[in-house]
Parts: sequence; structure tokens; C-alpha cells
Amino acid sequence: MKFKKTLFALAATSALFAGMPAAQADDQFVSLLSYRVGPYGNNGISVFGGWIDYMKLVNAKGGVNGVKLTWEECETEYNNARGVECYERLKGKSPTKGTMIHPVSTGISYSILDKTLADKVPLVMIGYGRTDAVDGRYFPYAFPLVTTYQMQASAMLKFISQRLGGKETADLKGKKIAFVYHDSAFGKEPLEVLRAESALNKFEVVEIPVAHPGIEQTAQWQQVRQAKPDFVIFWGWGAMNSAGLQAAQKVGFPREKMVGVWWSGAEEDTVPAGPGAKGYMAANFGVVGKDIPLIKDIVDTVYKAKQGDMKDESKIGSVLYSRGVLHGLITVEAIRTAQAKFGKRVMTGEEIQWGLEHLKIDQKRLKELGAEGMMPDTKVTCADHEGSGKVMFQQWDGTKWNKITDYLEGNRTLVRQLLDASAKKYAEEKKIQPRDCAAVDAGTETGAANKKTAKK
Amino acid sequence: MLYRETGQFKTTYAADQQIFPIRQDRIAIGLLLAVAFLGVPLVADQYWLSAILIPFLIFALATLGLNILTGYAGQLSLGSAAFMAVGAFGAYNFILRLDMPIIPAFLLGGLCAATVGILFGLPSLRIKGFYLAVATLAAQFFVVWGLTKFGWFSNYSSSGVITAQDMEIFGFPIDSPVSKYLLTLTIVSLLALMAKNMVRSNTGRSWMAVRDMDVAAEVIGIPLMKTKLLAFAVSSFYCGVAGALAAYCYLGTVEPDYFTLDLSFKILFMVIVGGVGSILGSFFGAAFIILLPIFLNIVLHPLFGLFGIDISTAIVSNMELMIFGGLIIFFLAVEPHGLARLWQIGKEKLRIWPFPH
Repeated sequence: MKFKKTLFALAATSALFAGMPAAQADDQFVSLLSYRVGPYGNNGISVFGGWIDYMKLVNAKGGVNGVKLTWEECETEYNNARGVECYERLKGKSPTKGTMIHPVSTGISYSILDKTLADKVPLVMIGYGRTDAVDGRYFPYAFPLVTTYQMQASAMLKFISQRLGGKETADLKGKKIAFVYHDSAFGKEPLEVLRAESALNKFEVVEIPVAHPGIEQTAQWQQVRQAKPDFVIFWGWGAMNSAGLQAAQKVGFPREKMVGVWWSGAEEDTVPAGPGAKGYMAANFGVVGKDIPLIKDIVDTVYKAKQGDMKDESKIGSVLYSRGVLHGLITVEAIRTAQAKFGKRVMTGEEIQWGLEHLKIDQKRLKELGAEGMMPDTKVTCADHEGSGKVMFQQWDGTKWNKITDYLEGNRTLVRQLLDASAKKYAEEKKIQPRDCAAVDAGTETGAANKKTAKK
Repeated sequence: MLYRETGQFKTTYAADQQIFPIRQDRIAIGLLLAVAFLGVPLVADQYWLSAILIPFLIFALATLGLNILTGYAGQLSLGSAAFMAVGAFGAYNFILRLDMPIIPAFLLGGLCAATVGILFGLPSLRIKGFYLAVATLAAQFFVVWGLTKFGWFSNYSSSGVITAQDMEIFGFPIDSPVSKYLLTLTIVSLLALMAKNMVRSNTGRSWMAVRDMDVAAEVIGIPLMKTKLLAFAVSSFYCGVAGALAAYCYLGTVEPDYFTLDLSFKILFMVIVGGVGSILGSFFGAAFIILLPIFLNIVLHPLFGLFGIDISTAIVSNMELMIFGGLIIFFLAVEPHGLARLWQIGKEKLRIWPFPH
């Protein structure tokens, strides 16, 4: 009896699932694993708002070579389990399997890494996620695009050296740098490269972890004050950022000697910290602001038609919003690249993988799109799934972020050595062989799959 | 009508003491298992298997583990996620370093968790209730910290992340969602059966005696230390196996931060909502906490669409949280003993239907 009821309930539920509208087959369907509630909801609203606005703009202008974009959002709450569920749910909605997945969360990236590989859907992690995936020989479907945490940390050191009057990282000799970080996979990612750099260039790194969520940091900043570092690298996310800026102000550490990771350098972080944030610097992909032609275009086309995704229009042009626009831009450019080879139609995950592996976005192309300076020149290949590795730095003047440097590049050789070792270890554990990138580039081998190592 | 035990006579002790004394129950559970093992793999698609059923089973197992400790032995714990983490990282290291088959590795992972569980269960000999919960919090923080701090556990991955190796059993590869589902289902069913028998045996009875009044239990000759620590060990073993399954059959790549305090709380809520001190309740609780938000999320959008209201994703997400919270309060207010108790009441009613008294 009860069992019957359960069966009936199950049947009813599955009927509901089946009755859901499926995406149009002649549209390019994009899965959006978004988060608009929960601890990082505020950040998610800007990122996904920018991304959706860009796709709306592309559609308003006729789509990608005539192919319209459609998308569906699924709320992940920045929660790994929900992210997996959303990925699986949206995957079944169209033959594109979601085009490419940007989880905008390191945790979710890890959770779906294996699944995207099995499903042949590219997993794109712009500035977060599994960084050793830059080695495309072992990670055919994972793309930590633009730059990784390691390259960024290395570039930061160069930047600090320049701020302290030097030129290269080597000029940091004898200096002391404090590394205040979110004590998680995200915060620990750059530790290895910082240690290697400090051994190489003979400067000292003081590691100061902050436990999640990092709302109370007085103790850590007392530690900073005692250590008297020449500079502080601040590696936070979410609520930790504004709390850190306020704590720095409290102990009297100058914000002009603080540089943040790009997840610590948005209006969402500096505005709540009030005047205490003035002078603080952070890494970023490129310029931001409302004056960029592309952003203006979005306002004129999308918002004039009352189609915009942002409820709070003052956030248009903010750091995270611009980053969202870049997510859209990279998605569309990869589709376009793939279309140039496979024809002007809806692309599958495998075709997009090819598109991403041959993606080339330079300032000329960005200028055509009205987005000059929004990101560094990026050229992805089979062997290099990062494509650039450069970052620029920006400073908060109390009301907005201003660009203060050109693109800087860290010690690529050093970082690549570390990442390669990590990727090799992954391959050993997984018992896979590297792809032959020379053959892939020459086009003689199209397969984007790793062969298994022979059994012992 | 259908659910009536009239005419079912028990002539042996064995028949009287079986898990499902009523024939209809036996048929129902047999059918359920048949559907789960044979029917589901045939009809369910990848989404159902890897996003709904596998996590449901894994969390049901973890809930079962905590239920043994909290529901049966009366020891409150907030360390379930930590024990899951120990299981996951334990299994990973056994496979990596000893090249072990997966089933023994999972079990050894579970045993590692049991050892850690005993260690953090030691305070339970002196403290009780909420104070014990706070003491087990230490497990939660210590384990996650230890796994990130000492690189050995994650084979020196810079961010502390582990990637599950490929699995096979007797040469049969476990790589598709169906095979992973079947593996999970088999392990969970066997462990659930074991748990059910354990709580009906001498062990379970001493746990319940300790739960109800430990001084009295000691007076009638139940060794407190052994009983409490055994409960911690068994409970952590279950959580550990669940953690290994989560790493290998569900996620594939896990970071220590996946096993946060949040997850521990979630498992505790599953126990409370499902029914404290009930094996079946663990499954109900897991289903409620995991499946309901997803169900709400899927249903709300079309529901508003039906009335022609176009509603933003953010509002739907917030509504989902509110409805979910409301439902938890509703169920706890209506039946503080959880969904398992509701189920039992339903069964009682069915037995006397249509003549209630």
C-alpha cells in the first residue's frame, strides 16, 4: 500500500521531470551553474549578471554566426553537492551538454572534473580551479584559462619588487613579505611557488593562515605588525576581504603595502571596508569601468530594452561584473573558433574542446569587440591550457579601481616546473599517458583522450 | 485491507524475531530491493543515478552511522564529516601506496575512521550531551586541518586535493554511473542490514541502555567505556565508508574542505528529521535533506510559469530555502520523532483500517 504510494510519487516526480521544457536543438545551450544566494551570493550576482548580459548582447546582434545562445541557470549556493547535481541536470537538457562549464568555484570544479572528462564537455576555470590542468597533455577537457594562482603569485612578487623600488623579483633579496591567506585549497595553492621563489631570490615569506570564514582577523594582523613585513600579500575570498582591510587599518598597517589576489579586489570587498580600503591594491585580468565600449554597448542595447540581468545597475562595470562579461566573451569566442572549423551550426562539447584548444584572443580582436584591455592576449594550445599567465594591478582610490601597471608576467619557467610535476603525479595516479601535442597541433591526431598506461 | 497480519502465525522463535515479522513488509522490502537492484539500472538515466541516487545512498549511510552513535548510544557528535574525510583519504592512500583492490581499501578506510573515532570518543567517558558535541567539534577541525597540513595524506598535492583512482572489481571496471550505483547500493544495503542486526543484538541493547541512563546501565553490568567507544568506532566506520564512497563513486576528486562542519550539521539534521534511533529514518532523513531542495528547485520555476509569472532565479533560490526551512519546522512540530515515526504511525493506522479505534 505504502509502497504503491511511493511508486506513485516517484512516477509523478519523473513525469514532472519529463515535462520540463527542453532546450531548442538549433540553439547553442549554455549551462550556468550560478549562485545568487548563500555566503558568496553577492559575488555571484555580479559575475553571472555580467555573463548573461553579454550573451543577451550577442543574441541581440544576431547570435554567434547566426546561432542563438540559450541558457538555463541552476542555483548551486556555492555548494559542491548542489554543483554536481546542477551539472548533471543541465547536461541532459540539450545535445551540447552545456557547451562549456564555468563553475566559478574551485570546489565545484574539483567535484565535476572527472565527470566533464567522461562526458567530453570542456571545464573552464578562469582564474581558479585545478591549476595543474594548464598541462593540456594530461587534462584534455580542463582549461584554467588566462592565468593560474601560481603565475599570479609570481607576478605579484615582481610587482612588489617594483613597488619597493626594484625591477625584477631578484631585487627582493633580504626583504620580508607576509602572506595572509584563506586556509583552504584556494589559499594554499600559491604556497609552493612562494616558497620556491623565496628560496631562489633570498627573501623571507611569513605565512599567516586565516581560518574560514575569516571575519575576525585581529590576531593575524597583530602577527603582521610584529613581523614588520615590507609588503603583505592578501589572499582572501568573500567576507574575509573587507574584514582583513578593516583589521589592517586597526593595527595601522598601510594599505599601500597590501596587494590582494583577484578574488580580493572587487567593489564588494572594498566598499564595505569604508575609507580604510583606500590605497589597497589587487591583481586583475584587465581594466574595468563603465567607459569601456563593450560595457557601454551592453547598457545601450540590453539595458535600454529593459532586458538586463542586474537589478542593481550601479554594479555594471564593476570588477566582478566585468569578469562575468569576460566569461561570456570567452565562451562565445571559443564557439566562434570551433565554428570556423566545423561549420556555422550548434557545436558539441568535443568541437568546443577543439575551439578552446585553438582559442586566440589578442588586443586586436578585443578592440573589435570593444573590450580592449579587459584581458591579456591569450593563445591556448594543446600543451598550454592557460594561454597567457599575465596579470595587471589595480588600486582602489576610495571610489573606484584604477589600473596602475601594465601586464606583468611572473617566473613562468619556475611555475611550470611545479605545475608539470603536479600534473605528472596526477597521471601516475590515474595511470594515463600524455597526449602527443605535436600530433594534435599538426591535426594528424584529433583524439582528445588519454591512453591508459599498460598494466603492471 | 492488504496490510493485515491476520493469520500469520509464528511457530518458532526465529520467525518471531525476524527483522520484518509481517509478510507484507517482507514482500515490500523484497520488491524495493528488486527495483533498486534490477529496475533502477534499467530505467534511470545518468542524472538520476549520479546526481540523485548515489549521493542519497551515500548520505543515508553516513546518517546511519551517526544514528548509531546519536540515536542508539545517545552520544551527540558533530564530527561525522571529519570521519568521512578520514575514510576517503584512508581509502585513497591504501589504493595509492599498497595498490589494493577497492573493497578492502574502503573497509580499511572505514577502519581508519573507526580508530580516529575512538580517539575522539574518549572524552565521551567524562562528558555528556552538548559538551560532548563541542568536544567532537575538535575532531572536525583537527582532521580537516591535519589533512591539509600534512602533505603525505594527499600525496603532496599542493592544494590538498585527491583524485580517485580508477576502480575495478575482479577485472570488471567500475566506471559508468550504473556500475557505481550498484556498488554503492550493495555496500549500503549490506551495511544497513548489519546495522539493523547490530541494534537488535546484545550490542544494540547495551547502547540503548547507556543512552537511556548510563548510571543504571553501569549498575546492571554494562561496561560504559567499552560500549561508548564501540558505538564511536562503529559509527565512524560507517561514516568512513560513506566518505570513501563519496570520493570514489560520487565526486571523483575531493578536497579536505568538502568535509566541512556544514556537512556534519547536515548529517545531524538528517538524523533529526529522519528519526533519532531508527535505521529506516536515516534513509528518510537523507532523502528529505538532499532531495527536497532539488525537487523544490526544479518544481518552482515551471510552477510560476504555469501562472504566467516570470520570476528571477535569485528569488526562486531564496524561496526554496524558505520553503525548505519551513518544512523542517513543520515536520518537527508535527512529529518531533521524525519521519520514521510518521511512517510507523501510518503503518499502525493501515493495520486497523478501515475500523480505527
